[in-house]
Amino acid sequence: MARPPVNAVFILWLRQLKLYFRSRARMIGALGQPTLFLLALGFGLGPTFARAGRGDYVQFLAPGIVTMGILFTAVFSGIGIIWDRHFGFLKETLVAPVSRFEIVLGRTLGSATVAMIQGSIVFLVCLAAGFRPAQPLLLPVALLFMALIAIMCTAIGTAVGSVLQDMQGFPLIMNFIVLPLFFFSSALYPVPDRPEAMRLAVRLNPLSYGVDGLRGALNGGFGFGVATDFAVLGALAAILLALGAYLFSKIEV
Amino acid sequence: MAAIIEVRDVVKRFDGVTAVDHISFAVPEGVVFGFLGPNGAGKTTTIKMLTTVLTPSEGWLRVAGHDPVKEPMLVRRAFGIVFQDPSLDGELTAAENMELHGVLYRVPRAERRERVEALLRFVGLWERRDDYVKRFSGGMRRRLEIARALQHRPRILFLDEPTAGLDPQTRNQTWEFIRGLCRDEQVTVFFTTHYMEEAERVADQIAVIDDGRIVARGTAAALRQETGGRTLEDAFIALTGHSIREADAAPIDRMRRMRQVWLGRR
Repeated sequence: MARPPVNAVFILWLRQLKLYFRSRARMIGALGQPTLFLLALGFGLGPTFARAGRGDYVQFLAPGIVTMGILFTAVFSGIGIIWDRHFGFLKETLVAPVSRFEIVLGRTLGSATVAMIQGSIVFLVCLAAGFRPAQPLLLPVALLFMALIAIMCTAIGTAVGSVLQDMQGFPLIMNFIVLPLFFFSSALYPVPDRPEAMRLAVRLNPLSYGVDGLRGALNGGFGFGVATDFAVLGALAAILLALGAYLFSKIEV
Repeated sequence: MAAIIEVRDVVKRFDGVTAVDHISFAVPEGVVFGFLGPNGAGKTTTIKMLTTVLTPSEGWLRVAGHDPVKEPMLVRRAFGIVFQDPSLDGELTAAENMELHGVLYRVPRAERRERVEALLRFVGLWERRDDYVKRFSGGMRRRLEIARALQHRPRILFLDEPTAGLDPQTRNQTWEFIRGLCRDEQVTVFFTTHYMEEAERVADQIAVIDDGRIVARGTAAALRQETGGRTLEDAFIALTGHSIREADAAPIDRMRRMRQVWLGRR
């Protein structure tokens, strides 16, 4: 009778994947933004970057763009809770004889997987644009960092989606969570020395550690150190996951 | 017959507002029980307490012999529910919606297949099982929700305004499915509705709630007799008065409106 809870987690994970593969428009739409950033910034700022003695900008930028793909997909996939509230499906899961933790775990792992896939597609786009990983043998490490970034960002989405009642908060999320996380990370530029406030913002941004880990694994040279990157991301992913699960357990329908 | 739902002196307060005020009633096993009342009377709040979604502020509750507060999982296994608002995933097919439910309720795989086919055939959706639910009409969705709610063989079926927004033909058909299935499987039905002629036709027993209090109980005939009304609607008006209830729009109402804007009225 008492079977392990894996089934409920699995079926909810599978649902997130089905939703992703069924909405090609969203998939392609979500690909547009990173591609645009890669092409416009990569080739636009490339010569300036090279002249400053920093090397190939596309090479530098690509891990940041992959991170961007994961960040956007993960946060908005997590926020899918709001849609499920709107369209009523959330209630069906909330009165089922499974714990809220199983529900939130299935959803979050599903959304994180989706974000990983999206990140991998962005990675292929980067390859097409001329990006070449310096250390192909470290690809598994890169995938590990992608997974951690995905889980962390999905957990942020879960937390926000559990608190917000409707989609009115969408610009709020975009402008006060997603874009600041992205712009004040080391995705687009190396950690600046000054002004001090800027340096601090980038160093305190958890996403910077994800970018650094990914860039280190793909290009070589971890700015913060691979152990630091791993520890910061792992700890934050766990904390945010717990927070997301807690907030989700407080949802009233 | 023994009571499958028992409610004694139950109170629910939200931030000082009393939504449900010392209600008591019992539902015998196997009956079709109509729970009627004007908007904002406390119907949905009561259903939410019975279905473990809300915790009562005071009082004593038993659903299928279990306490919804202390043993929510046992209670959840014992009932199926069709919500006032649609609760299907439109991006999944009918069969996938059924499968997801079956897995969440831990219906064994072999039994799940058999149940899904039998129920979908009964509600006339077996041929459409691989179609996306977003392509279904309002009546088809309701039938699918009823089939889904009965998949794990619950002892009680809760229906919160199951026929709201449906045309008369679809309403009648929906009730035929509900009654047919629940008779075959000996499921107790607990429903709310605003259609009095519907309640009169299908309910074995009725309780009327107004302003958070139970104001009348009995069969439709008994309520008519008690109030001297010709129809249940007359009796209902006699019991609950003529004034129109203005409830503040809850977030769910705003969502309902927004959904209508996005999806069109259903």
